[in-house]
Formats: sequence, structure tokens, C-alpha cells
Amino acid sequence: MNKNIRILIAKPGLDGHDRGAKYVARALKDAGYEVIYTGIRQTPEAIVKTAIQEDVDFVGLSLLSGAHNELFPRIVNLLREKGAGDIIVFGGGVIPESDIPSLKEKGIRAIFTPGTPIKDITDFIETVK
Amino acid sequence: MQELARRVIKGDIRGIAKAISLVEDGVETVKKEALIDSLYPHCGHAIIWGITGPPGAGKSSLLDRLIEQLRQDKQKVAVIAVDPSSPFTGGAILGDRLRMQKHAVDDAVFIRSMASRGHLGGVAGATGDAIKIFDAAGYDHIIIETIGVGQTEIEVMELSDIVLLVLVPGLGDEIQALKAGVMEIGDIFIINKKDHDGADRLRTEVEYVLSLKNGAENTTEHPITMTSATLNEGIAEAYSIIQSYYTTILKNGNLAKKRKNRIENELKHIALSKIKESVDKFLNIDDRLDSWVEDVFQKKVSPYKLLNKKINKFLQEIDWK
Repeated sequence: MNKNIRILIAKPGLDGHDRGAKYVARALKDAGYEVIYTGIRQTPEAIVKTAIQEDVDFVGLSLLSGAHNELFPRIVNLLREKGAGDIIVFGGGVIPESDIPSLKEKGIRAIFTPGTPIKDITDFIETVK
Repeated sequence: MQELARRVIKGDIRGIAKAISLVEDGVETVKKEALIDSLYPHCGHAIIWGITGPPGAGKSSLLDRLIEQLRQDKQKVAVIAVDPSSPFTGGAILGDRLRMQKHAVDDAVFIRSMASRGHLGGVAGATGDAIKIFDAAGYDHIIIETIGVGQTEIEVMELSDIVLLVLVPGLGDEIQALKAGVMEIGDIFIINKKDHDGADRLRTEVEYVLSLKNGAENTTEHPITMTSATLNEGIAEAYSIIQSYYTTILKNGNLAKKRKNRIENELKHIALSKIKESVDKFLNIDDRLDSWVEDVFQKKVSPYKLLNKKINKFLQEIDWK
């Protein structure tokens, strides 16, 4: 048996549009990963605790409300505070191109905007795992 | 003692999570066995519940409500929620904690999702070791939620002190309830979705089946209770039935019997899997299989004849005392 890659797909904040998150969760399952899905309206604290309890390798955040500049970096920082800065965070959703450089600077390793082929996400996971 | 074992005993969340991954991945066997060996003296305090039933019966939602009850009593709770792995890709969607996510920020609740990773029986291969980790870490209650089961996934019975069998109306007639398998492993029967049509009838059917069973030789009463997890009804009653059932089996010696039985099964399992491993190595089965298949296919030899010859040679060479 090899080490299985575990990924938490989470939706922080108040936006309830979960179709994208569910699509990604299913596609990652089909690619052979173990995906933990926790549903909509999660606080950053709940996401970080879940990531640590589940000992995931990746956290994928989905947000379509525009609060990504606030919430994504907060989750990265909380993970670091809890000694779990090695968990890789990526994000997706309707995120303006102009926001991506500063998100990456704050520790979000990749951002996948609408229309991204799923292969880009699995390639990313395979490269950085 | 390993650093990891020390962290588990201290109750360090990340340490516990890492320890579970170690037993789950099963790659570093020596490290895994050393971990469990050093945790073992610290085990035996927790009460282990199993919760099982068909897919969609409401196991996770009911568990969410029962955790609320346990938290009112200031109990520390660990949940191991098992979901199936894909037989094709090995991937899995672990979605049980979705229903329990309101406990995510509670420090006294630890929820861990596990994929079955090809293990049959309704739990994951590493569930037994994960229970020991939570037990040594000081959780008062450890609850195993099985995958949605059919009729034969009964391994949860071998792991837990109390099995809750969650049933729902609408899955078939009373013949289903008469069948062997899952229907026989419940200690407490919970009929969930009690507001749905057919709930009362299901209760009558379960009572009938249990009366047949009790008539035979069994002396333990199997309580039946009805709940609606969504409407939050019947939960406190179910909780108190679980508590008094536990007190009963503690007093009448059935708990100790169950726990010894569990150790017996575990020892058998470890012995067999270790023997299997060494036989595999000795006979080099994987490498030779192709030529064996060819010989049997061409009828040069029959399967029993071929293997008896190999196995007898193995038995002569080992020094079994």
C-alpha cells in the first residue's frame, strides 16, 4: 500500500454556490485521491481544525463571493499558527486575475479560475505533493 | 518510547492525526507496530460504539445528535467515519463529517474520516488500530460509523462494545428483517425517520424478529427505540437507552466477554496475516503465479496437487513450535 493523498475541499464564508466545489471533489476522487468534503459556510477555524484532524496533504478552497482576499490568507495563517504550515493550500472560484499575485504571495500555492481543465489541478497536485 | 506515542498520550491533535495516518498507510510496519505497542498500556478506558445501517438511514445525522448529548455530559468524543473507496481508482469522497461539522470547532470532539481502501466488512483495515490511538489519547467515547451496509458487513461487531443498528422504513418487507447477517449484530435497534410512513410497522417487524431470536437461547434484551435525527426527536431517550445498556453489560460480564473476544479475533488476524506474509515470501507466489497458471491451464497439473506439493515443502522447512 502506498501513502494515499488526502485533500480537503472546503467552502469558507457565506456564499452557498457549491457546484464548483462538488465538481472538483468528484473529479479528484475519480483521479484516485481521498477527498473530504465538508459543505458550505465553513469558518476558517473549522476548516483548519478539519484539515489537521484529517491529516490532509492539501486544502482546496472554493469561493465565489469576492471575500477571497480576506479568507484565503486567513486560513493559510491559521494553519501556520497551528504548526500545520506544511499543508498546501490552493483555491478556486471567480477570482480576478489581478488578485492572484498577492494571494500567491500570501501562501496560496495556486488559483484555478472558471474554465480550468481538471488536469491542471491534478498536474499541480502531482507536482507539488 | 517514540516521540509520536508521547504526543498521542498527551492528547496532541496533530500527533493523533499523524498517528492515524501511520496505521492507515501501513507502509512503515515496524514504526506502526512500535507505536501501537507503546500505546497499548494506556488503552481500555474508552467506551467503543459502533453505528451501522443501510446507506441513507441517517447514521451521520443521528450521530451528530448523539454527540450533542455526550457533550452535555462533558464527555470527550472521537468519531471514525468510514466511507467506501472506489474499486477502480482507489479514490473516495469522505462526506460523513458534513453532517457533524458543527462540532468541528469543539476541542473535545475529534472526527476522522477513513476510506475503506479495499477492506471488506464495512470498516477500514486500520480501524482497530485507530481505536487504540484515540483510547490512549484519552477520549471517553470512540464511535465507529461504518459505510452504508448491505447484509454481510458485520466487522463493526468485532470492534465495538455496543452496536447501534440504524434502520429506516421503506426498504423491504419483514423477510429482509428475518435474514441472517447485519440484522443479527445489533445490540440496540434504532428506527430513524420515525415520522415517515411505515416506521411503526418496521418496529413491529423488528420486535417479532427479536422475539424469535430471544426465544432460542439469548438472554440479553435488545432495546428498540425510534428517532428522527432531522426533527431532533427521540434523541435523549435513545441516549439513555445506550447508557443503561452499557451499565447492564458492564455488570453482567458481557462487556468483558466481548472485549476478550475482540482480542481473540485480533490475535488470530495478526497471526494469520503475518503467516500469510511469510508464506508469500517463501513461495514467491507473485513471481511464480504466471507459470503455475500456465501449467494448470494446460492441465499438466491440478490446482490442489500443485499447491499441496509446495505447501508441504514449506511446512517441512519451518520450525513451528
